[in-house]
Amino acid sequence: MNTAITIAGVEFKNPVMTASGTFGSGMEYSNFVDLNKLGAVVTKGVANVPWPGNPTPRVAETYGGMLNAIGLQNPGIDVFIERDIPFLQKYDTKIIVNVCGKTVEDYLEVVDRLADTPVDMLEINVSCPNVKEGAIAFGQKADCLYDITSQIKKHAKQPVIMKLSPNVTDITEMAKAAEAAGADAISLINTITGMKIDIHKRAFALANKTGGLSGPAIKPVAVRMVYQAANAVKIPVIGMGGIATAEDAIEFILAGATAVAVGAMNFVNPYTVEEIVTGIERYMERYHVTDIRELIGAVK
Amino acid sequence: MAQKKTCGSVFSQQEIAPDIYDMWITTELAQDAAAGQFIAVYPKNKSTLLPRPISICEVDREENRLRIVYRIAGSGTKEFSSYEVGESIQILGVLGNGFPQDVMKKMAQEGKTAFLMGGGIGIPPMLQLAKELSCDKKIIVGYRDSQLFLREDLDKYGEVYIATEDGSAGTKGNVMNAIDENGLKADVIFACGPMPMLRAIKQYAETEGIDAYISLEERMACGVGACLGCVCKTKEKDHHSHVNNARICTDGPVFEGKEVDI
Repeated sequence: MNTAITIAGVEFKNPVMTASGTFGSGMEYSNFVDLNKLGAVVTKGVANVPWPGNPTPRVAETYGGMLNAIGLQNPGIDVFIERDIPFLQKYDTKIIVNVCGKTVEDYLEVVDRLADTPVDMLEINVSCPNVKEGAIAFGQKADCLYDITSQIKKHAKQPVIMKLSPNVTDITEMAKAAEAAGADAISLINTITGMKIDIHKRAFALANKTGGLSGPAIKPVAVRMVYQAANAVKIPVIGMGGIATAEDAIEFILAGATAVAVGAMNFVNPYTVEEIVTGIERYMERYHVTDIRELIGAVK
Repeated sequence: MAQKKTCGSVFSQQEIAPDIYDMWITTELAQDAAAGQFIAVYPKNKSTLLPRPISICEVDREENRLRIVYRIAGSGTKEFSSYEVGESIQILGVLGNGFPQDVMKKMAQEGKTAFLMGGGIGIPPMLQLAKELSCDKKIIVGYRDSQLFLREDLDKYGEVYIATEDGSAGTKGNVMNAIDENGLKADVIFACGPMPMLRAIKQYAETEGIDAYISLEERMACGVGACLGCVCKTKEKDHHSHVNNARICTDGPVFEGKEVDI
């Protein structure tokens, strides 16, 4: 049975990754999950300098999901290179670093700093709904996305994944813009912008007022967008959005995802990501699938 | 023992004040639990995904049991309150750093006096602390009214002073008023309760020149330090965030008062 997949020349032992921001840099979950079993660890977004993030409350539960407005708190690239990369290097898994910034220059600085590190791929976060400047602005207009992607591609030594926002009118336009600018892959969906009001306190549940919705509640939207994007471009698609089980992961793969990432469900069940790896193998045995690649985009 | 998600069962449950429930859970997590730590309990209703962080009220290692005393605050805790004896429950634990064992040990050796201050649903962790701490203890607890839950349990481990908002028992007012009225003094404070109370305690400790260890609370998602949802502002840059944002779930929930900006 083959579960390995390849994206931009990088081979992953299986298509299961962690979604950025839900797994730290793997340290916190290494008590629960054998990181060696994962296709890749995708780190929490890192910027050129430390970011303090948003005020609390930063999280709120919603029906079948949750809202977050962490605001990309991160310790900055220096600490990340010194502490997080050496930690991940101890494991037999691929390292994908999520990169965030407020200006194009911020992104380029991080990309340059990572050039000589043993990082396998970069995921560019142009879709965070919770920071005011930069970030999502680059991900909501096709020409801006094209511009930042092509600039990053000129600097990046590793293959580049552009992480797309679902908060757009036409996801295929964004996918095509990333592809045209030279992106090696795209990942989607980031969270869907949402809001919750506490009727007892008559106040917003989040200090940031709005937040990104994730969890099983958003899965059908994510599957639809992965399907649309995968059919609009030739580059690989990494699918995510509410994946809780191996069955969910298979659904994304059938819709066209070459790999999948597990996000909010890590918070619910810290063993999820490893359970999905074994669950996919069980599905393949049951349906006599010898190569996972047969399943990618198999539902047209 | 490493943290884990495990299955426990309800050993007993009763309502001890309006909307306040007292539950003993049989779980092996009891072996590693200490005062000030917490567990996260999962509702069964699948529309509510996140586990509920609840402080540990009492630990019985011999019987492998943990006691939680919680208030119904929403649909999750409402569901817990309906559990009958024998109900199985999923728990993530043991989480967080409890009250500092080294400080507690030193206080016992040096014969110091401690204030154990609890307000409302911040009272429960004071019980296990009172059991573990073997120095002179003045237990000062604040309630809304005369529903003095856990009072008899606390009586066994130290002198108990009561404050009630409506004046129906003890000092009228809050725990600070109870300190004043009874002319109490301590060398160290341990506290858990609502934010205004913790702010007042932090200020009092700074004025008195004594240490205060306070247990903080915030909306949480993962409980294990990954999501960065439950942060509090700190005076010094902490080793993890490098942006003066300690994680309440893993760096806390107990912090030294002067270290946090609340």
